[in-house]
Amino acid sequence: MNWRKLATASAITLAAASATQADEPVKIGMITTLSGPAGYLGQDIRDGFQLAIDAEGGTLGGVPVTMIVEDDALKPGNGRQIADRLLNNEGVKLFTGIVFSNVAGATLPDIIDNDAIYISPNAAPSNFAGSECHKNYFVVSWQNDSLHESAGQNATNLGYETAFVLAPNYQAGKDAIGGFKRFFKGEIVGEVYTRLDQTDFAAEMAQIRDAKPAVVFQFHPGGLGITFLRQYQQAGLLETTPMVVAEPSMDGVILNAVGEAAIGINVSSHWNADFDNEASKKFVAAWKEAYDRPITYYASQGYDTALAIASALKANGGNLDDLGPFREALRKADFQSVRGDFAFGPNQHPIQDWYALKVVAGEDGKPMLKTGERILEDHSDAYAAECSL
Amino acid sequence: MTLFLEQLLNGLQFGVMLFLMAAGLTLIFGIMGIINLAHGSIYMVGAYAGALVITETDSFLLGIPAALVVAAIVGILMEVTVIRRLYRRDHLDQVLATFAIILILNQAITILFGRQPLFAAMPAGLGGSIELLPGLIYPVYRLAIIVVGLSVAAGLYLLINRTRIGMLVRAGSTNRDMVRALGVDIRMLYTIVFGLGALLAGLAGLMAGPILAVQVGMGEQILITTFVVVVIGGVGSIKGAFYASLIIGVVDTLLRAYLPGLLRQFMVGSEADALGAGVSSMGIYLLMALVLLARPKGLFVADS
Repeated sequence: MNWRKLATASAITLAAASATQADEPVKIGMITTLSGPAGYLGQDIRDGFQLAIDAEGGTLGGVPVTMIVEDDALKPGNGRQIADRLLNNEGVKLFTGIVFSNVAGATLPDIIDNDAIYISPNAAPSNFAGSECHKNYFVVSWQNDSLHESAGQNATNLGYETAFVLAPNYQAGKDAIGGFKRFFKGEIVGEVYTRLDQTDFAAEMAQIRDAKPAVVFQFHPGGLGITFLRQYQQAGLLETTPMVVAEPSMDGVILNAVGEAAIGINVSSHWNADFDNEASKKFVAAWKEAYDRPITYYASQGYDTALAIASALKANGGNLDDLGPFREALRKADFQSVRGDFAFGPNQHPIQDWYALKVVAGEDGKPMLKTGERILEDHSDAYAAECSL
Repeated sequence: MTLFLEQLLNGLQFGVMLFLMAAGLTLIFGIMGIINLAHGSIYMVGAYAGALVITETDSFLLGIPAALVVAAIVGILMEVTVIRRLYRRDHLDQVLATFAIILILNQAITILFGRQPLFAAMPAGLGGSIELLPGLIYPVYRLAIIVVGLSVAAGLYLLINRTRIGMLVRAGSTNRDMVRALGVDIRMLYTIVFGLGALLAGLAGLMAGPILAVQVGMGEQILITTFVVVVIGGVGSIKGAFYASLIIGVVDTLLRAYLPGLLRQFMVGSEADALGAGVSSMGIYLLMALVLLARPKGLFVADS
């Protein structure tokens, strides 16, 4: 090859490179939990998010996007490292995906303090919702406490007078028990913090049996919840002591795993697969078409997060050099949530309705979650007032 | 009082599960000098094999050979293909190689079974609870685990102390080079020991199936506690592993059950719960530190 040819070739290559740079897709960093017992949570968030992208044919709000998916393995340190790498090496400006509040606690500050935006599809610990709220931090799912406030209200509505409460000993577990207590009008006869990596709950079962509560409230997401419920059933407690939980302790996968034993359990949620609105029907149909596994509310939150991002990208044309207009557009929440009404409150956490669900035998004999009455309307969270944005 | 007895039984049941894991680990560690981080993965493989066969055939009895055989085969394959090359290497190489096996097996299981947990049905007839004492109701299946665990412990005692293989194992854990010098096929012995350890881990996995979720990563959860047992019991000592398992099982369960209540006597409720939960999850590690302070080689030293 002579020099002239080489120079021409280089010039063409360079031109091509700069051309691709111009319409390079927007990078979305998804840090989520894909391995270990809680791996299906992150998997569903990722796949729900992907459904929204696929529905538009590879774009969100008309802007081409690429997802960079990384597994945090439920380790706060991993989440932080991944965030650093994506921020500094990949130049990612938009983050989402974190499932667990302990990972969020370690990872969020790096992202939002470094001029990038984080939009939570799940974890929303109380310490980021009040006075520590941040203009770059949005939550599409719920604030941790509100999720369990709905369960507390549900237990009150159902007329239970004493409750035994259990949750893992980490931020979201504390938020869960705090939230439940805030709306439960009865007496708490026992409060137990379990471990996030616990596999055997026999000791807790014995304590519940001994305390003889009218109802048990527990928060155990993912594999933890399945194990807890199975052991609750094996200890013979399911027949004697009813249970009131929020959605994470009775998602589609847990329900599938526990089976008929779950019939009669009271659940509360902001979304359920039987919701009668266009967006939800479209989402459920798309999920069934694409995946051969139970649909969970994690998937719906991933999907809604993608829709929220799409609404903002559409408004600003995908320009993330200046984040101001993007935030402005996102705050309007101009999208059709699968939950129906949805708005961001002053701390950029959702204002939404909560519903009572009950596990019943479905038409095909398999247990399913059936939506009942609305428990809380346009419900925000306990920390919104402390936030000054 | 019945609550305390029930918690003791829970501790005992957790203890025998730990023993099934720790027996294999301590033999492999003590005799072969291998730090086998992948021992938990064999537990997971046994649990998956058992759960799969039980679900497909609706028979717990068929699940038993499936779990044991698959676990033993995976264990022996692991020894022949990877571990055998590591005997002369230092511990860091062993840790890296066996950690790699964890990642490979976890990913392989994810590809084969997906990320959703599997479930094994209870064996027929063991699903209910019985009243052991007035007011003390206990699940039959958990009692069965205790019985199986104690029988395995008795069987291992006989195997190690009364048979020729056992004699070689004991000799191997005391002085490896001398056993080799006496003309014993030490390679064969290693493979047998590794296979036996894998078999016991598979049994633990099988028995865990009906009470725990069978899921990717379940092995690592139990592995850490198992290492604590091995260290407290004394590396290489089956007897040490047995007593240490029961101690750890009971201490862990009782701390979890009673510490928050105790602290609540002189603290505010929520603080007591948080501190109690924190300290009780540290409890077994504190115990390990104390044991190591008093007896640096563990409670029962193999070569004493």
